[in-house]
Amino acid sequence: MKNKKVSKVFSITFIAIMAILVYLPTLLLVVYSFTTSKVIGQWSGFSFDLYRDMFADFEIMTALTNTLIVGVVASVLASLIGIVTAIGIYSMKKRYKSLLDGLTQITMVNADIVTAAAFMMFFILVQIIPDGFATLIVAHTVICCPYVIMSVLPKLATLDPNVYEAGLDLGATPHKTLWRVMIPQLLPAILSGFALAFTISLDDFTISTFVSSSVETIPQYLYNKLRFKGVMPVLRALSTLILVVAFVILLVVNIVQNKKSKKILFAGGITK
Amino acid sequence: MKKSPRKKHIAFKKEFFALPYTAISIVFVVVPLLILLYYAFTDKYTGAFTLSNFSLFLDSAIWKILGISFLMALSTTVICLLLAYPLAMALAKLKSNSAFIVVMIFVLPMWINSLLRIYSVKLLFGDFIGIDKGFLLSLIGMVYDFFPFMLLPIYTSISTMNKGYFEASNDLGANSFKTFVKVQLPLSTPGITSGILMVFMPAVSTFAINDILGSSQYWLFGNEIFYWFQKSLYNTGSALAFVMLLLILLSVYFSNSLNKIISPNSKPSKKNGGVVNEK
Repeated sequence: MKNKKVSKVFSITFIAIMAILVYLPTLLLVVYSFTTSKVIGQWSGFSFDLYRDMFADFEIMTALTNTLIVGVVASVLASLIGIVTAIGIYSMKKRYKSLLDGLTQITMVNADIVTAAAFMMFFILVQIIPDGFATLIVAHTVICCPYVIMSVLPKLATLDPNVYEAGLDLGATPHKTLWRVMIPQLLPAILSGFALAFTISLDDFTISTFVSSSVETIPQYLYNKLRFKGVMPVLRALSTLILVVAFVILLVVNIVQNKKSKKILFAGGITK
Repeated sequence: MKKSPRKKHIAFKKEFFALPYTAISIVFVVVPLLILLYYAFTDKYTGAFTLSNFSLFLDSAIWKILGISFLMALSTTVICLLLAYPLAMALAKLKSNSAFIVVMIFVLPMWINSLLRIYSVKLLFGDFIGIDKGFLLSLIGMVYDFFPFMLLPIYTSISTMNKGYFEASNDLGANSFKTFVKVQLPLSTPGITSGILMVFMPAVSTFAINDILGSSQYWLFGNEIFYWFQKSLYNTGSALAFVMLLLILLSVYFSNSLNKIISPNSKPSKKNGGVVNEK
């Protein structure tokens, strides 16, 4: 009994130490975004100056807008394609299913740098798609699709097929049944797929660097500044902003998802 | 299973929903890889078949780069594994309602921009603690960047395990160390191998982390690939990317067969675990 208690205290201490280690660098970043000092460890008074500098910086603001445009367009496209594809895969025969599974696995398993190089060679050879937003959106959409499919497919398997049948029996067209019956049930999974796609697009550095030389996204901007410019205090404010945005997205998704899944659970109870 | 004729008709129609994506992934995933292959095996000017793009591998310099990359990826993987496994065990002991939040805390960094995480490592370990750019700083950056990808699969495999097995092992006279080695470790191999894969592969192919935290002395394979593409020397770059692709396929194959050898029947145990936990 005593042994068990000791091991519990030990494991909780271990968890706490690991959590501190994981978050220490990020915490430092956030704290030092409120002071203008060039060197970490030297506090030169609390101020929002870095944030003011950030919003006044044309390059940062352009990169932010680019990232958002690419992220929103690519993740919306990937979600639409992903949902439709998941429904297709779900109702497929096993042989084709494994073929499509293989296709979705390629970009997920492959190293980013190989995917990126392949995209680059494709865009150079084909030359129909103009460098910049177009190449970025195409590449991001393609790499995000599998993640949407992966989030929607397991949810589809848990749906009651009778509900779809019921929709048809009650006189709805297959099209209407899809949009009025299937999609609402899938909404939590779609939302998490969309959030995943959006995050992957925002996070992507390697593929963006290879496919776009004219349009700069935030990861590319960070890379260029960190590699060639060294320490720039304004990056701390930018990082904190990105951090806050990421947390808000995650929080919203979680809240909405919890609400939705409860509702659907309830609705499912009624239909049964 | 009874099938009404209408249902069959609908199922047939719904299959076509997967067609657009099939077309997209053939055009934008399979074809580009074939193009890469084409570039890797052809001459820049004549377009004739050649192996000269691989002549880089006759030089010892590239083997040194490959060696350092492998060492870096291996060290990252081992450190991540040694930290993640005990943490996953500790997390699995928590009560289920608090566990979700605590696990979220550790998985959250996955959602944070990886360049931002690299930057934060540079601030703390490089600028504040004063570790010089080089192998060590790069290694710390990689561990920070890839740790959640090791933790999540291991935690999933440990937390869904049938706890009854441990009790049975204890009842049959094994001490807790023996239970760990003979029961828990083999049962968690699917989690471990997928964690290793998810850490090793990005670690062996990344170049951004090393560009920011490393020094040119410890140039990695990813850096080398990026270098050739940046110089617009696509044929050699493609050849190197092709080698990277082979390395990845090899490690996937290796981990799959490792999985089969160590725990050929680990799947049923997961199912049973789910049933027991629901009580």
